Amino acid sequence: MLTINNLKAAINGKVILKGISLEVKAGEIHALMGPNGSGKSTLAAILAGREFAEVLEGTVTYMGKNLLEMPAEERSREGIFLGFQYPIEIPGVSMVNFMKSAVNEHRKYKGLEPLSASDFLKLMREKKELVEIDSKLANRSVNEGFSGGEKKKNEIFQMAMLEPKLAILDETDSGLDIDALRIVANGVNKLRRPDTSAIVITHYQRLLDYIIPDVVHVLYDGRIVKTAGRELAIELEEKGYDWIKRDAEKNNSDE
Amino acid sequence: MPKKITVMSNHSERSDKYIDIYRENIERISFSSSPYINSFREKAIAEFIKLGIPAKNNESYRYTNLDPFFKHEFKNYFMPGKQDFIRAEKFRCDVTDLDAHGIVLLNGFYPTINDKIRQLPGGVWIGSLNEASKIFDSHIEKHYGKYVNGNSDGLVHLNTALASGGVFIYVPAGAVLKKPVQIINLVESDEDIFNQHRNLVIVEKNADITLIICDHTLSPQKFLTNAVTEIYVGENSHFDIIRVQNEHNNAAKITHTFIHQEQNSHASSNNITLHGGLVRNSTHHYLGGEGAECFSYGLYLADKFQHVDNFVNVNHAYPNCTSNQLFKGVLDDMSTGVFNGRIYVNKGAQGTSAYQKNNNILLTDDAKMYTKPQLEIYADDVKCSHGATVGQLDNNALFYLQSRGISKHEARLMLMYGFAHEVIQNIRVEPLRERMDNLVMQRLKGELSRCASCMVKCG
Amino acid sequence: MEKEQNRILNDVTSGEYKYGFYSDIETEKIPKGLSEDVIRLISAKKEEPEWLLEFRLKAFRYWQTMKMPLWANLKIPEIDYQDIIYYAAPKPKKITGNIEEIDPDLKKTFDKLGIPLDEQQHLAGIAVDAIMDSVSVKTTFRETLAESGIIFCSFSDAVKEYPDLVRRYMGSVVPYTDNFFAALNSAVFSDGSFCYIPKGVRCPMELSTYFRINAANTGQFERTLLIADEESYVSYLEGCTAPMRDENQLHAAIVEIIAENHAEVKYSTVQNWYPGDKEGKGGIFNFVTKRGLCRGENSKISWTQVETGSAITWKYPSCILQGDNSTGEFYSVAVTNNHQQADTGTKMVHIGKNTKSTIVSKGISAGFSQNSYRGLVKVLKKASGARNFSQCDSLLLGDKCGAHTFPYLEVDNHTAIVEHEATTSKIGEDQIFYCNQRGISTEDAIGLIVNGYAKEVINKLPMEFAVEAQKLLQISLEGSVG
Ligand SMILES: Nc1ncnc2c1ncn2[C@@H]1O[C@H](COP(=O)(O)OP(=O)(O)OP(=O)(O)O)[C@@H](O)[C@H]1O
Ligand SMILES: [Mg+2]
Repeated sequence: MLTINNLKAAINGKVILKGISLEVKAGEIHALMGPNGSGKSTLAAILAGREFAEVLEGTVTYMGKNLLEMPAEERSREGIFLGFQYPIEIPGVSMVNFMKSAVNEHRKYKGLEPLSASDFLKLMREKKELVEIDSKLANRSVNEGFSGGEKKKNEIFQMAMLEPKLAILDETDSGLDIDALRIVANGVNKLRRPDTSAIVITHYQRLLDYIIPDVVHVLYDGRIVKTAGRELAIELEEKGYDWIKRDAEKNNSDE
Repeated sequence: MPKKITVMSNHSERSDKYIDIYRENIERISFSSSPYINSFREKAIAEFIKLGIPAKNNESYRYTNLDPFFKHEFKNYFMPGKQDFIRAEKFRCDVTDLDAHGIVLLNGFYPTINDKIRQLPGGVWIGSLNEASKIFDSHIEKHYGKYVNGNSDGLVHLNTALASGGVFIYVPAGAVLKKPVQIINLVESDEDIFNQHRNLVIVEKNADITLIICDHTLSPQKFLTNAVTEIYVGENSHFDIIRVQNEHNNAAKITHTFIHQEQNSHASSNNITLHGGLVRNSTHHYLGGEGAECFSYGLYLADKFQHVDNFVNVNHAYPNCTSNQLFKGVLDDMSTGVFNGRIYVNKGAQGTSAYQKNNNILLTDDAKMYTKPQLEIYADDVKCSHGATVGQLDNNALFYLQSRGISKHEARLMLMYGFAHEVIQNIRVEPLRERMDNLVMQRLKGELSRCASCMVKCG
Repeated sequence: MEKEQNRILNDVTSGEYKYGFYSDIETEKIPKGLSEDVIRLISAKKEEPEWLLEFRLKAFRYWQTMKMPLWANLKIPEIDYQDIIYYAAPKPKKITGNIEEIDPDLKKTFDKLGIPLDEQQHLAGIAVDAIMDSVSVKTTFRETLAESGIIFCSFSDAVKEYPDLVRRYMGSVVPYTDNFFAALNSAVFSDGSFCYIPKGVRCPMELSTYFRINAANTGQFERTLLIADEESYVSYLEGCTAPMRDENQLHAAIVEIIAENHAEVKYSTVQNWYPGDKEGKGGIFNFVTKRGLCRGENSKISWTQVETGSAITWKYPSCILQGDNSTGEFYSVAVTNNHQQADTGTKMVHIGKNTKSTIVSKGISAGFSQNSYRGLVKVLKKASGARNFSQCDSLLLGDKCGAHTFPYLEVDNHTAIVEHEATTSKIGEDQIFYCNQRGISTEDAIGLIVNGYAKEVINKLPMEFAVEAQKLLQISLEGSVG
């Protein structure tokens, strides 16, 4: 579904991603871990098409297409969903309006008629239940005044509305209380289908108890320095990142 | 030691013209007005001679040049032409699907298509100011000319001297008017005209009323309007005024609104400028009793060479009052926005809360914004703040929308709309709020180059 | 409770001015009055070249066509410019052969002010140009600085020794046509400091000018010219005091700064001119034009001021951000008490691309004083990527004073981001209570809170000055808090 090959990227001249290769097949869930500042969010944002980083080298192929050539909205319509680490507040833009535009743009892209107002509201209601989001939130402006946890839940709600093929969830678990964590994880699992995939960025193995990953990667200093099965997350939880950093630096100096 | 002193008199040539017009036509002007209203004229013209037409050296007009309009030779300065009355019949305003008590003003005049004066539910009266001065003389004597007193803007006094028509609204104590009152100001003529009118609104205590004023131009001539509205809001009353301005690029609209509030009253003003060549709205809020509360809102969407200037003065004269100003603008093409806002807290006005915000978005390199929020505070137990920003649409927000599949164009529109909606959402009358939301959206999409029933193509 | 607070407020803000003494030093003065002849006389006394006299006369003729600016939020009594002495110089007691030796009385005066003129005694790391009335009496560490190629001397010496530099830069940032007081200063300025930091040099010590008005009926009109050549750095301090007198005295100075490519200048002022007495009698009129030109790319000029003195202050240290990526900063604490008036702020003019400016202004008003912030942020059409952030807060201590904010934002570029925020309030009762609850007296609590409030600015001052400024804040507000 997604193939990243030797991706290098810089922000303001500073190289952040230093050659990332990764393949996500349909139906797979990949966990992406790594210390603060290692480049996880940068990678996620590049995949979603945010134009803040300059891609220096490498290719990204998504469903056979060159992803890097597509504008952000087209990637979204093609089924890529980014759950933001810091969802932005947009005062004055109501959730309903916002989601209606998004859903209808997606439908138009697929050659479908826009949803009628009543059908749309019905869909909202269904999805709200699915992710157990407080229905009052949907009546407010996008993320405005939401608590940290509410914002994250709102991301999952939007994911449910847009039914992506590839979901990239950037620390969607941070800031959630225990129940919310379960709800978010359930939401992700409920939306899971054999043909959909996810990249889950997290610092905590806890989330991975709910969303069981097929592969775990560790990103360090702009490189994927370790890839293994689920057990890697548990090991990291116990031992921290020091040993990985040491290994990585050793490898680096060997080069 | 000889010192060269440059004599700077405000009393310039531009002003002379208006003084002459006054002198030559005083009889005509006074003819239909009551003696009481006429009794203000001499003093007003004297004030005008002293103050003149505001020029750039006037701090309040620092960024607005009135010359192109005030130097212009208009064909008609204070009287409607004959056919003008007939024209009024044809017009239906864009906002008329609104369920409201309507009045039409044509070129600043109160045409006969309206009843001279009529009574609405709850004992509310609306009608022509001249007509009303025959019946409500004691009320008019109590309020007329009182709230503009001492104002330092020459144009206010010019209006007092020259205006000979306008609307009168009387809301007796306890009256609650469910439907809003709508004044539709039409300007249409086959000649360039300058019009001035004068409105007076008296809201006695415990009353509630909403007033909507819609400004339209219907023909492409050069127009200048200089309007004054005085409003008295009695104890515990609730008063909202909403202006919707939709005039063409060759028209200048200058409004002066004075809202005087008594104890525990609530008043709001909302100036929504969708279109207009030169627009200057000055809104004066006087919090004249403890516990009074006022809100001053404004939204301006300008493009081409349009120029929109909002001047706001909130005067906290008594303790424990609250005020809030929110003005937002989107400036496209070569347009210019100006915001001049002032919070003035008098000595002794303890317990004041006063806030002011002005946010602007510039869409092009040729658009300009001048903003001057001011605080003048002479009491210490106060909470006052202001903020002003000039910037662009938030790129992070744009990306967030795009990442949900919304096109860049659409995302920009949504953000601008959201930006504007923060002002619109404060309109209490729901149908009007929805109507405004639509108009703003159309305006942002560029579909409102003319309003539906307008004959003028603003290109 | 309220009464008690008022009493304490009163105690805290009724402090005495420490520097109000007068030194009985024999002074050479010219007669009162202003005319072309007086200007010729000043110029002759200073043995100036012809071009400088010409400059003065041009300025004077221009000034005669001008009027006092009235736009500030100040009540300025009529100033009789013919009733001022435009030149006063302390007379050396005995002429010894050694020019390095200074009059012991003068030395005593500066010792008393805490400014020792002896290099051995001096606080390490600060070079001082000490100015009394119209002339510079001593510049310390001249030689040490000269070793790194730095020129630091009195303005008069600079005119004689470095006429080319002076001619090239004087009036290039503040032309004599700039404003009424700038024109006046350009006509009659007596002395001041001159400083040139050569290419690539980081000035090894703090440079400072100390201004002292001593003589009665005189005006002080000094000029400072500071040039930071490419990739240089300097931190400059300015302090000032004057005796207590019933008459007002006029101080109209000019400071010009030029920063070339990658140069950085930090200019700090602790202004403590005599503010007048509790009834508002006497005090200095401080009408000053300070402006820096960030001419080079990536240059930076940073103004920090702590304004506690003067009866009336009219002052807007500004930055012209001409070089691409240049930065301007303005950090200010202005305290007014009793009957003081201040109208102060800054101008940031963005001309170059990606220029940045920051404005932090903290006003504190007490007594019957009026304190206004006035600031202009102007972004010109070509200044793409310009950024400004302004934060202007006012604190009111007492219900008879005023605090005002007059920002002007003029933006002509759509990639610019300009943000202004301001708040006005009194000290929160809950804050005082919180301190009280922890055992801190109300008086100390207010001191703490005011200092905390001003901290962001005070922190920008060089260390020795920061301590001094903190004490000054406390003293200026003594007896005002409640
Ligand atoms: N807009 C930006 N400008 C400059 N540097 C940036 C920007 N965005 C990210 N960086 C830098 O890039 C590096 C990678 O950041 P990124 O946000 O991708 O880390 P992360 O792995 O997601 O960290 P965390 O676990 O804390 O979320 C960091 O050093 C960060 O400071
Ligand atoms: Mg991250």
